[in-house]
Amino acid sequence: MRFLFKTDYEDDIRLFPHSGYVYSYGLLLAVLLIAPYVLSSYLMSQLVFVCIYATVGVGLMILTGFTGQASLGHAAFLAIGAYTAAYLQQFNVPFPVYFLAAGLLTGVVGALVGFPALRLQGIYLVIATISFAFIVEEIMARWESVTNGNEGMRVKAMQLLGTTVSRDGPTFYYLCLAVLVLTIVGTLNLLRSPTGRAFVAIRDSETAARSMGINVALYKVKSFAISAGITGFAGVLFAHKLSFISPEMFTLQLSIEFIIVILIGGTFSLHGAVLGAIFLVMIDPFLTYLKDDMPGVIAGAAATLGAGTERAGHIQDAVAAFASANGLKGAIYGVIIVVFVLFEPLGLYGRWLKIKLFFQLFPLYKRATFKRQKIYVKSERNR
Amino acid sequence: MLDFVQQLVSGIALGCVYGLIALGFVLVYKATEVVNFAQGDLMMLGGFFAFTFIGLLGLNYWVGFAGAVICMALFGMLAERLVVRPILGYPQFSIIMATIGLGYFLRSVAGMIWGTDDFKIETPFSQGVLRIGSLVLAYDKLSVIAATIILCALLYLFFNRTTLGTAMRASSENMLAAYYMGIPVKRVVSIVWAISAAVATCAGVLLAPITFIHSNVGLVLGLKAFPAAVLGGFGSIPGAVVGGVLIGVIESMAGFYLPQGWKDVAPYIVLLAVLLLKPEGLFGLHVRKKV
Repeated sequence: MRFLFKTDYEDDIRLFPHSGYVYSYGLLLAVLLIAPYVLSSYLMSQLVFVCIYATVGVGLMILTGFTGQASLGHAAFLAIGAYTAAYLQQFNVPFPVYFLAAGLLTGVVGALVGFPALRLQGIYLVIATISFAFIVEEIMARWESVTNGNEGMRVKAMQLLGTTVSRDGPTFYYLCLAVLVLTIVGTLNLLRSPTGRAFVAIRDSETAARSMGINVALYKVKSFAISAGITGFAGVLFAHKLSFISPEMFTLQLSIEFIIVILIGGTFSLHGAVLGAIFLVMIDPFLTYLKDDMPGVIAGAAATLGAGTERAGHIQDAVAAFASANGLKGAIYGVIIVVFVLFEPLGLYGRWLKIKLFFQLFPLYKRATFKRQKIYVKSERNR
Repeated sequence: MLDFVQQLVSGIALGCVYGLIALGFVLVYKATEVVNFAQGDLMMLGGFFAFTFIGLLGLNYWVGFAGAVICMALFGMLAERLVVRPILGYPQFSIIMATIGLGYFLRSVAGMIWGTDDFKIETPFSQGVLRIGSLVLAYDKLSVIAATIILCALLYLFFNRTTLGTAMRASSENMLAAYYMGIPVKRVVSIVWAISAAVATCAGVLLAPITFIHSNVGLVLGLKAFPAAVLGGFGSIPGAVVGGVLIGVIESMAGFYLPQGWKDVAPYIVLLAVLLLKPEGLFGLHVRKKV
């Protein structure tokens, strides 16, 4: 186990606490850079979605994970970013301009949402963000002169530095990756600045933060604005990747998916946003694999266990019918959420930390290290 | 003028529907401070149980109704035991997520079992209208209004006059203190989930002639009932019904007098406005912040 000897404050807030971080993240970046030359085009497309979802996850993490303000309305911010891009693109505005414009506009809208949210807490905040998302969705559907209503908008291929960037090509992937990496680095820098520490203080106790002289209202609005702005940037990439946007893509379902991203990844660290995005996006190819291959595998297993050919055939058909049942994906989503909330509240990154600590402390690891404290006493109503 | 009254009455009937679902939200919240996002889906499931008993097995309406209520009460207890009890005492948000997950699961499973078509239950209230002057009221809507009033009164009395109701309120304020006072907190929570699932079933069965039953009905109506509960102040039983009626009337008026598209948004705009002015809802208790 490595012990870091910190001698001044600069050591404490360093981006890379020791050289191991530089090597491991450098290696990861190298792998991600050569990925387009190795992976199939389908997996590349999924990887682009991972980048986009992870960017949104980082934005949501700032708000929910670090400032403690739950939001079930982030699909609306994504929609605002996407529609801004699609609208400005019609007037031949260059990509960098509308990219920034989308982020700025979404950030401003986020700040505007933040103001009413100042007085709300817990469940009231959740319902207020849901309401906001509904209203945005309806505006997208009705403001036909700008958004083309329910028919949706086409998004042309991106023009960057005089060349056309195809949404399936490696350049687009590199762009998404760059946005993600910049967002993560920016967020890390934010979190080690006074602003970031104020966010965390507000999450841990609003009253304590206020008594230390933190302007709670200002920082909450800032958090909303930053979080929304990042989501707006992701929205531009989302629009380009799908090449077609319509209001029914940005429903409550999508907001819930974003929450699932950070919940499954772990709501306390930026790693969580990325891991959660990988999990959520990769579940689709995994389910497809299950649908295609599992019936054969199970039937084969049954046959080796002594079932007759006819029996195995029946089993194969039954499993295939089950796997292609309509709502299976929703059911699996539901089970995953419940299982994570119940058994792995720290998410995938929490699991990773546990495994790491197990090997570092071997054989002295004890489970109680990560045990959550139950609070039966405090009623959130009186907070 | 007649148009206005007609819209008002149909708005009230619609609002009672929302109020009935909101009652379930409020019940669970009042007793355990858990917000149950799967409430609408419990309602949907109750409707499907009733459909199975009445439509498929051909039982008498009232027998099927009672059967569905009992089945769903047991199911509510089961859901509480499996999903909610292990995380009682943890931050509210994780419980919200768990119930959202439960809702996803129930919706998909119901879709797999009963299919995705619309179903209808034949009820004694399905046909016939009441005429007062030139005002026309359908019996199915009147039955919803009556049931809402009865259930609301019963639950209000239950919470304020019975020992069990008082125990429920106590355990919502402070579980640990309630436990020290000899209240079996776990059993209380379990009973509350049973009651709320039963109330949801009543809503589902009464709604069946109006909205039909399909696997997504819970999501659609649940999301409308939610603002109703918030509008009334989340912990208040009369508040849930008043909030529901307000939302229903606003929706019906907006649908009639405003251009298309306002109908679905108007309740949420009103909700946001109310939350801005009175963050604890219309009937919510104003609690001063303590350190």
